[in-house]
Amino acid sequence: MTKAEIREEVLDILADIAPDEDLSGLDDSVSFREQMELDSMDFLDIVMELRKRHRVQVPEDDYVHLASMSSTVDYLEPLMKDIQKV
Amino acid sequence: MISPASDNQRIVITGVGLTAPNGNTLAEYREALLDGRSGVQPYDIRYVGPTLAGICDFDELKYQKRRDVRRGTRAGSIGIYCANEAIADSGIEWENVDRERVGIYVGVTEHGNVETENEIHEIKGYGYDTSVWSHHHNPRTVANNPAGEITLNLGITGPHYTVGAACAAGNAGLIQGAQQLLLDECDIAIGGGVSESIRTFGIFAGFASQGALAVHDDPTRASRPFDRDRNGIVVSEGGCLFTIERYADAAKRGAKIYGELVGYAMNSDASDFVLPNPKQQARCMHMALRRAELSGDDIDIVSTHATATSSGDIQECAAVRDVFGGDGATLVNNTKSFIGHAMGAAGSLELAGNLPAFDDGVCHPTINVDNLDPECELDGLVINEARETPGVNTILNNSFGMLGINSAVVIKRV
Repeated sequence: MTKAEIREEVLDILADIAPDEDLSGLDDSVSFREQMELDSMDFLDIVMELRKRHRVQVPEDDYVHLASMSSTVDYLEPLMKDIQKV
Repeated sequence: MISPASDNQRIVITGVGLTAPNGNTLAEYREALLDGRSGVQPYDIRYVGPTLAGICDFDELKYQKRRDVRRGTRAGSIGIYCANEAIADSGIEWENVDRERVGIYVGVTEHGNVETENEIHEIKGYGYDTSVWSHHHNPRTVANNPAGEITLNLGITGPHYTVGAACAAGNAGLIQGAQQLLLDECDIAIGGGVSESIRTFGIFAGFASQGALAVHDDPTRASRPFDRDRNGIVVSEGGCLFTIERYADAAKRGAKIYGELVGYAMNSDASDFVLPNPKQQARCMHMALRRAELSGDDIDIVSTHATATSSGDIQECAAVRDVFGGDGATLVNNTKSFIGHAMGAAGSLELAGNLPAFDDGVCHPTINVDNLDPECELDGLVINEARETPGVNTILNNSFGMLGINSAVVIKRV
């Protein structure tokens, strides 16, 4: 996946996790939690969905990298570069 | 001689919030019961396949965000809908209520099966890799979930209990709410029962294996207590919660009072896992009447629990004959014939369906009786057509469950 495709995938996961949110104006440089109603259990859903959909394992120590869209995409890029976008 | 209860020891129902397979308000539901309209539909559930169920279509988003619906359970959503509707119906000025003095008492037949089955089904697709088991599983399956979700939704900081009482749970939630008011543990109790049971294949498969799952070409005719050709239970979802208050508080604010809980009882058969015990059922009704200082002759309507199983219906009829004598003065009906067996919600939904009789004087029937089972003959059984009465002043509502748990409540017009 390219970085753009990874972004699209994360956005798709966020749409499931936060179905009441309008994600069209999401600012990639600002943390998710500053822009959305997202608690720790929702946050774990991002990790879970990456695991279920793409078999990507995010260790707990790396959760810090999933703060914003840009940091998430940067972190996932090496882990997902060999995954084909379906 | 027992002295009359003070107004602080009298417990009244002041609000009703419900969702049934044939109505999402008491008015809709009552209209369906008087019109003979069933809420049973074709249904398909994993592993079991095509079957029948009572399915509710209330608007979950009336009181919840999509995020909260996703996060919680169906039982939680049903409870939240019913609690909000009951509060709105009660006329309580909710904004001015001390939320620490509100208690939640939600009866359930079972809880957690739905989410556990879902998770096992999910991990099956991952070769039973438990690392994809949801972190939401525990908060969804803790036994207090349905009541706890109501507190989160309404900001209630008083006590909350989910009352596990098999299919006696709807009455049990009401009874526990009343008891907590009498103990001064709360000033407003929200009590009754809910059921999400149609979302678990296990309950259908279990009843099928027991030879107790209803089958019929016409879904609306599948639930047929007392009929010779009945062949089992229609599983349903639903919920009904009441706002319950001390009479003194309700009278002070000029509340509409649906009825007074003048008697109640719960007891146990101590005889079998599944087979009912008419002696203990009769005993339970007698105990409720005794608390109400009434006799069987004083009761205008008996709302039966009968689920359309051969043993259960006959046993309850024997118990009702024992208590009420069968002289026809007391009318007898059944609501499962319309909505199926709403499990944890059955007791409170069936009571709610009868409460408007205090105002309109009509006893709704039990439907789908084409050929009355001779062993279920009861003088006063209202079959297929609603019956006008000179007036209804008292209702006794039965609700029984597996492991031999019995409950009866007596409601009196105020």
